[in-house]
Amino acid sequence: MKNIILNINKVFDHRIRLGIMSVLMVNNHAEFNTLKELLGVTDGNLASHIKALEKESFILIEKQFIGKKPNTKYKATKKGKEAFKKHIEALEKLIKNS
Amino acid sequence: MTQQDYLKDISEIKDLMNKSSRFISLSGLSGILAGIYALIGAGIAYGWIYDLKESIETFEYHETSLIKSLINGYAQHPLGFKLLILAMIILVVAVITAYILSSIKAKKHGAKIWDATTKRLLFNFCVPLFSGGILTLVMMQYGLIGLVAPITLIFYGLACFSASKYTLGDVKYLGITNIILGLINTQFLGYGLYFWAIGFGVMHIIYGSLMYFKYDRK
Repeated sequence: MKNIILNINKVFDHRIRLGIMSVLMVNNHAEFNTLKELLGVTDGNLASHIKALEKESFILIEKQFIGKKPNTKYKATKKGKEAFKKHIEALEKLIKNS
Repeated sequence: MTQQDYLKDISEIKDLMNKSSRFISLSGLSGILAGIYALIGAGIAYGWIYDLKESIETFEYHETSLIKSLINGYAQHPLGFKLLILAMIILVVAVITAYILSSIKAKKHGAKIWDATTKRLLFNFCVPLFSGGILTLVMMQYGLIGLVAPITLIFYGLACFSASKYTLGDVKYLGITNIILGLINTQFLGYGLYFWAIGFGVMHIIYGSLMYFKYDRK
């Protein structure tokens, strides 16, 4: 049991962060606006959660210009994907055990 | 957090993964309608071919074998062109129907019709489809009319198969069914129209209804 709780990642203990990672697990990359629409959150809210994930280096931020418009893409890192997988496995075990 | 919370988390994850990677607004009803259009088209084509068969039988039967005259007849006859136009019209009407009905469904879900998932779906659908389409035109060029029906079925099946990863999973089975039908058709070349009617008509109605009852009626 102790082991399972160890794998429950504090960083993912929030709906929006979990949501961002879910989207980035199945998509090569996602744009800020796509994430915003999918998760139904405000700009500021999303930005702060993205920052938190970036701090853990779970996601990568790629900034580029399309014409004159800035375009920001987010990608999950290898570390982020592994942490997310472990988190999900831990969730599954928790549900099965209780 | 309680177990309920974790369960909710997992279902939310699943939902987000689906919504962000698959075009889930594909309308089952549009599949049913596409099938009906195809059957109507097959009916019209059957009438035309039946008339042509009769005319070939009366005028050219003595020259060569019936099969040969039929094949040459199709290739040279303006009917080949007429059939091509008929098929194109049905395709365009079916695509417009799918677009309209899927837009309505997307609006209901609060999703966008044109986003990253749509682009990916169309790209993966169109690569096999256009390859098959061009190959079909080439075969008509060489008078290989008998192979047109199986090739279109096979490539349409491949297009559905390749697109299925980016939309509702049922499309995969529609694809596999059409590939198999096309391959069987290669051994019964004279019956292309029947295979077409089954593949594009009946199968669309069956899978369209399945998808309609599974997803649309919720």
